[in-house]
Amino acid sequence: MPMDEIALDHGHDAHDHKPGFVTRWFFSTNHKDIGTLYLVFAMIAGIVGYSLSGLIRWELAAPGIGPMLWIQTNFFGLEGDAAITAAKHFYNVVISYHGLVMIFFMVMPALIGGFGNWFVPLMIGAPDMAFPRMNNISFWLTVASFILACISMTVPGGPGGNGFGGGWTLYPPLSSASGHPGPAMDLLILSLHTAGIASILGAINFIVTILNMRAPGMTMHKMPLFAWSILVTAVLLLLALPVLAGALTMLLTDRNFGSQFFIANGGGDPVMFQHLFWFFGHPEVYIMILPAFGIISHIVSTFSKKPIFGYLGMAYAMVSIGVIGFVVWAHHMYTVGMNVDLKAYFVAATMVIAVPTGIKIFSWIATMWGGSIEFKVPMIWAIGFIFLFTIGGVTGVVLANAGIDHAVHDTYYVVAHFHYVLSLGAVFGLFAGWYYWFEKMFGVKYNTFLATLHFWLMFVGSNVLFFPQHFLGLQGMPRRYIDYYEGFSTWHYVSSVGYAITLLATVVFFVLLIEAAVRRRKATVDAHGHGNPWGEGATTLEWTLPSPPPFHQYNELPVVSGKGGH
Amino acid sequence: MSGGDVKHDYHLVNPSPWPLIGSLAVLTLAIGTVTYMKGLFGMPAGTWAVMALGFAMVIWVMAGWWAQVVKEGRTGDHTPVVQIGLRYGMILFIASEVMFFVAWFWGFFEFSIFWDARTGHTWDSANPLFEEGLNRFKQWPPAGVTTFDPFHLPLMNTLVLLLSGTTVTWSHHALQHGDMKGAKLGLLITIVLGLAFTALQVLEYSHAGFAYDGTLYGSAFFMATGFHGAHVIIGTIFLTVCLIRMYAGNLTPKKHLGFEFAAWYWHFVDVVWLFLFAFVYVTPYLAFETGK
Repeated sequence: MPMDEIALDHGHDAHDHKPGFVTRWFFSTNHKDIGTLYLVFAMIAGIVGYSLSGLIRWELAAPGIGPMLWIQTNFFGLEGDAAITAAKHFYNVVISYHGLVMIFFMVMPALIGGFGNWFVPLMIGAPDMAFPRMNNISFWLTVASFILACISMTVPGGPGGNGFGGGWTLYPPLSSASGHPGPAMDLLILSLHTAGIASILGAINFIVTILNMRAPGMTMHKMPLFAWSILVTAVLLLLALPVLAGALTMLLTDRNFGSQFFIANGGGDPVMFQHLFWFFGHPEVYIMILPAFGIISHIVSTFSKKPIFGYLGMAYAMVSIGVIGFVVWAHHMYTVGMNVDLKAYFVAATMVIAVPTGIKIFSWIATMWGGSIEFKVPMIWAIGFIFLFTIGGVTGVVLANAGIDHAVHDTYYVVAHFHYVLSLGAVFGLFAGWYYWFEKMFGVKYNTFLATLHFWLMFVGSNVLFFPQHFLGLQGMPRRYIDYYEGFSTWHYVSSVGYAITLLATVVFFVLLIEAAVRRRKATVDAHGHGNPWGEGATTLEWTLPSPPPFHQYNELPVVSGKGGH
Repeated sequence: MSGGDVKHDYHLVNPSPWPLIGSLAVLTLAIGTVTYMKGLFGMPAGTWAVMALGFAMVIWVMAGWWAQVVKEGRTGDHTPVVQIGLRYGMILFIASEVMFFVAWFWGFFEFSIFWDARTGHTWDSANPLFEEGLNRFKQWPPAGVTTFDPFHLPLMNTLVLLLSGTTVTWSHHALQHGDMKGAKLGLLITIVLGLAFTALQVLEYSHAGFAYDGTLYGSAFFMATGFHGAHVIIGTIFLTVCLIRMYAGNLTPKKHLGFEFAAWYWHFVDVVWLFLFAFVYVTPYLAFETGK
């Protein structure tokens, strides 16, 4: 069969065989190209998710139902009560898909698919991933999943209009046939199934690569922390996603084939969906943040010109975060009517996570302590990460208490908390990694002024955006509501101004990309002939390669000496 | 491969169109399934053509992709270190499958153990249908459900599956010792036992004292045992492919990864059944018989 083998294009550079365009980008089996595909995809999905959050902040900038109503009137020709109902549903759809798109199609593809693919093989001295072809189907299934989610937004969902508007957590009965009878929810279920398959295959690939393909001499205890973070992330994906798949399948059969898993009238239990969902959902939040932990460790060490403080502690802190992450899920469900003993357990277990997380924060600070710190672009992003993630972590400890959670459950306090750890945690980690490895990946330099401007606009903007949401939440502003009473209007307005600042930051980011693509400043080559712009602090293997690395690196495997990998 | 002087034993796979086609196949299957269930893009509900096309594409991709893997394995790409990687990969895949079954068992345990927590409240509902429904579920299995006697067909099925576990091991040992005749016979018997299990399960389903739709017990029972049954069928196909490869002379005493993986998968299916038998068939039956 001619499809079986696609001959490599052997015409060009004798040392660096790159296949032709279609073969290279559509049939790829190269971890770096697939990593780039993931990064480009995450950027596109990021624009979609970010635009959706723009709609949210636009609507909430002032009390009353405004922009959403305007959209229904002007784009869909609705009037009167029908327009108001449609506007409310539309708002719910926007918040639901904002969450889903950002989690499944922006943060995960960027951190795991993008940086994981690019740098795990480079760091551990492997020529590629263990299963390069399976690597590619992980990527393309993610695209298929995103297409399904996008279609789902535009087909009939709930009684109010198109799309699913029950929040990213998909709780029944909102997601049952009674809540959203239309095909939108079914498409969303299959979209998440597809994303799940993609992630499970990716997870298997990462675990096998890390266990089986480390360079000679690189023991697990010499392996760079980013590889450790991806290993733990992959194990969480492997074990958590199938449980979500089970829950989604139950939802699908409840909706279409008459099963009664989550339907109270048939004896089923909607709360069980929440258990199954959060058994996946809580590991999922660590899936999003752990790769950022790995990136930050490298950056802090590089720009402090010191090895990371407490390397083994850092590695096993991530392992224990992963393990404990599986036994705390019901702290998302304190208000479902759980008994007090169970709440006490989940409070205690949740608090325990503060210990390994504290180990990470203090070890980063201890790495900087006494180091010769350079405030290069990746480092300011990393310090921003540590500061903002700590704020999110502290409000997390507050929320872990079932008593307090009863008061602030489903309020903007929760929204502020998880945006501090994700939007200002995972995303800052993502940008830190982007500016740390940009030159390595693309072989050109970015403009440091623009990158620094991007940081400050983003730092100020996202704090102005999310910090007031703590106040709103403590005052009782519930999440997922299109309207609010006037007492909340000041802080909501400030929050929307914060969004406008981040919009400016995003414009600067794209200007930076265009500028770098146009100017094509040559990447640094250091005194050893290595593509290392960061000097002696950058000790991992990727910095021994040219920037960008050859199409296939390590044809002769690097040998790691007795010194630590980091 | 990549050209140049490659001095390592890892497998740098050539570019392949299968992942992209596979993803298109999954996309078609998903859209087709929703079209079948709900109707989409102007096609009415019940339109099965798109779903069938998607399914056919998925099968085509699996066949083409794995045929390619077999070819690579036979032309020396699967060096010892690559074989270790493939083994890890299969183990991890089975681990994720185990977690998939965790969800179904979780559901079953929740329903069977905590029925009183769900129905124990005193409700002040004016709706008589609600009261009726509540009373139906104030016991487990719910009122109106006649469970299977686990010591008839289900026990038979347990023995069939356990026996097939031993015959696949027989086949494996024969293969390792170069006794191809024994290997083929053992594998053939395993496949026949797998088919027998599926047939017995169909027979059992046809005598169920409860329906799938509209009853909680039916949902939990049929989905858990049904997904197991689907895995038995997949495992049987996997073993059949190995038998064909045995006749084609593909599997050697030294190198037969496909066979090993099929056997692992078969044992996994076997163990899931033992849990189903113990907790879905026997335990509720005993509790029901003895009045809990």
